[in-house]
Amino acid sequence: MSKENTITIDNKQFEFKAGETILEVAQRNNIFIPTLCHLKGTTPTGACRVCVVEVKGARDLVPSCAAPAVSGMFVRSESPEVIKARKNIIQLMLASGNHNCAIRKFEPEDWTSFHLKVLKEDSYNELCPVWGDCKLQDLAYRYQVTTKSLPVSSSNYPMETVNPFIIRDFSRCILCGRCVQACREIQVNNAIDFGYRGAKAKIVAGADTALKNSDCVFCGECVQVCPVGALIPKETFKNKKRFEKTETVRTTCSYCGVGCQMDLTVQNNKIVQVNGAKDAEPNHGSLCVKGRYGYDFVASPERLTTPLIKKNGKLEEASWDEALGLVADRFTEIKTKHGSDLMGVLTSARVTNEDNYIAQKFTRAVLKTNNIDHCARL
Amino acid sequence: MTNTIADIETADVILVTGSNTTENHPVLSTFIKRAALKGKTVIVIDPRKIKLTEHSQKWLRPNPGTDIAWINGLMNVIVKENLHDKEFIKNRTEGFEALQETVKKYTPAYVEEITGIPANDIVETARLFAKAEKASICYCMGITQHTCGTDNVKSLANLSMLCGHLGKAGGGVNPLRGQNNVQGACDMGGLPNVFTAYQKVDDPTAVRKYETAWNISGLSNKPGLAVTEMIHKAEKGEFKSLYIIGENPLVSDPDLNHAEKGFRNLEFLVVQDIFLTETAKLADVVLPSFCFAEKDGTFSNTERRVQRVRKAVEAPGFAREDWKITCEIATRMGTKMHYNSSEEIFEEIRKVTPSYAGITWERIENGGIHWPCPTVDHPGTPILHTTQFTRGKGLFHAIDHQAPAEVTDAQYPLILTTGRVLYHYHTGSMTMKSNGLNEMSPECFVEISQNDAAKLDIDDGEMVNVFSRRGKIKAKLSVSSKAVDGTVFIPFHFAKAAANRLTNAKIDPVAKIPEFKVCAITIQKAA
Repeated sequence: MSKENTITIDNKQFEFKAGETILEVAQRNNIFIPTLCHLKGTTPTGACRVCVVEVKGARDLVPSCAAPAVSGMFVRSESPEVIKARKNIIQLMLASGNHNCAIRKFEPEDWTSFHLKVLKEDSYNELCPVWGDCKLQDLAYRYQVTTKSLPVSSSNYPMETVNPFIIRDFSRCILCGRCVQACREIQVNNAIDFGYRGAKAKIVAGADTALKNSDCVFCGECVQVCPVGALIPKETFKNKKRFEKTETVRTTCSYCGVGCQMDLTVQNNKIVQVNGAKDAEPNHGSLCVKGRYGYDFVASPERLTTPLIKKNGKLEEASWDEALGLVADRFTEIKTKHGSDLMGVLTSARVTNEDNYIAQKFTRAVLKTNNIDHCARL
Repeated sequence: MTNTIADIETADVILVTGSNTTENHPVLSTFIKRAALKGKTVIVIDPRKIKLTEHSQKWLRPNPGTDIAWINGLMNVIVKENLHDKEFIKNRTEGFEALQETVKKYTPAYVEEITGIPANDIVETARLFAKAEKASICYCMGITQHTCGTDNVKSLANLSMLCGHLGKAGGGVNPLRGQNNVQGACDMGGLPNVFTAYQKVDDPTAVRKYETAWNISGLSNKPGLAVTEMIHKAEKGEFKSLYIIGENPLVSDPDLNHAEKGFRNLEFLVVQDIFLTETAKLADVVLPSFCFAEKDGTFSNTERRVQRVRKAVEAPGFAREDWKITCEIATRMGTKMHYNSSEEIFEEIRKVTPSYAGITWERIENGGIHWPCPTVDHPGTPILHTTQFTRGKGLFHAIDHQAPAEVTDAQYPLILTTGRVLYHYHTGSMTMKSNGLNEMSPECFVEISQNDAAKLDIDDGEMVNVFSRRGKIKAKLSVSSKAVDGTVFIPFHFAKAAANRLTNAKIDPVAKIPEFKVCAITIQKAA
């Protein structure tokens, strides 16, 4: 009954393309399989094993991210055995470091009160900075994992804060290796890798140095793919209003000509974080240091806020009416006195198409000259 | 770009020249680096040993300003070894015979003499490029910012056509555009010789079309002046007013000492910007405008993809949107220009711009479209020239090597080339507001080779004075493995030590682009 290139997942038959993994077939058909280490577009490592599924005839559970679909395969995505295994994996991860969001150390009543307390006083420093935005936390809740019976392990390594953009909190790292995959296979900056062994295992930059002394170029790809709170933007870490409402706006980066699509996180009329738009061309979630962290200028106190007119050699604040009136009068005067071709406009490679169109229309239709250019050559 | 960014990763051979891609187009460089990781061949041809050379199979190092020579050299080998695509040349191009004649004398040995690239590297690179099924050329300002910039670009087009690498996936001649909307500014007619979509201002049909569309008469059919020419005329008192929107030429223009004189000579200067830039400080009137995060509109990226820009925050104080300010000036000058929204302007753009006619804001809500897109049911054009070129057949240009406008001598023995660094952008008016970016790249530097530094007897980190025939700056010496003996690099971002006080304002006669990539300098230890 089973056709070529079909597998059965949870009693439903699905076609697959040659080379597709079980996970890919499942995701394409909206079947939930949890993942932590899996990073689209990179070589599967099978490191975390949270994506295990039951495959009929297989001796052990199979990591679905690394196992190719095979014709006639019979897969159970969430059998009792699978759930048991996942609970185990999640529990060990929660126990491996500082993951206080789950049920660790608290009776269920207690962790509710813990979070209520935190919400009331959001500078409470016990709280993980990615609380509510953490894949491990989501999975712990989904699988109702408690860790109070396990011993707490403290981190071998202190937090790294000595660069302007990224906090590395090793106490929250689950060694899933997504950051390494992102750095080596997506951005190909080869700045970080796994270092040391066993209980001492750590993600290291170069020969275990600070990021800023390594080949790191602060593209932040690792931060964006970190499923937990081990890599976080410094600004997010400092933001004490993280439970206040935010909005996300998709736009185009304003630096180079690549046109990366980015999601601006806005809070109280201020950009507080920038993420690469994962599902969008041309950048598929990638950004560079300028696009991701270079947004301070938007809310800079040095922004111009009012028109200025030069009086006695000094620029002084003026009203729009006064400034626009002066510009229109002087342009008209020069046009009459010297002619259109002694006037010019420099439009901009920084402003929108609409702004540019209006600038050239103004030059040609109002000033009546073709003296318009911009810094395309500079 | 003739092709798309994603397309680069599918090429078998990627030739990158005059582009410090990892610093200037970091995200685009990931496509090249990933291709290398998957075993594709990356060839870097650049005067500096840039980061990308760590990912490339070959790095060829030409003397600055000798690009036509090495490109002709590659073509010499390709023709000699019969590796050219005869079918493509026959069906899609013309002028091959003249090209063949010209490249004859560019033997690898002769090219080595001019460029300093070992003859053998020319031969090997020619074979790699020509034998590839799909080969992409990516270039940037290192190719264009020369007095022979136009000819450099034509030469790259020659090379691509010769091997039939144009008009197909994984191929193409791909200029990497350096500013978010430099493509759009050109598409929108922000140039002295064309209306939108490159319709020529001296074409009577185009003029009539615009007069009708704008309901106005008396549009000038005389091509205007390029920015470099306006400044030059202003210096001589032959130019009276400038209205500058979002540009900072007092850091970005060549030969700043002269440019500054030009700006000061203007009768009336208006600058519309988000910061009080070096240029704005000279203005008679400064008008505060919106930045990208405060605007709705569109940008067109380097692969001709028209994408949405969306308002995320309110602008500070009394700042106004750029187009609204311009419309208000027009209206006050007696020509009413009024639009209710940015989208309404886009609708007008569509009517007069054939390549944008099929693009609507609704269609690009969830992802941009590559122009040309002539109708609303057209999917856009990710790859150009698939069946024919804009003029029909692709024209080979037979071009000879030309020396740069300024060469070194005993007094100015080093070559200066300028560019950007990863952490800053253009004149720094935006990036220098970020403490983080400033921390990573706090000041100007003079990148020099170990040998040259030793010859000068100056150590890494010492302050030096750099002189050219036009000016002088003071900055820190940075001994770097990126630098090659005889060539010095200085980023142009920093107004305090503006590299453009040194650069040469000599321009390419066609593109009017200044020769930022070659000028003669000398370096002395600062007192």
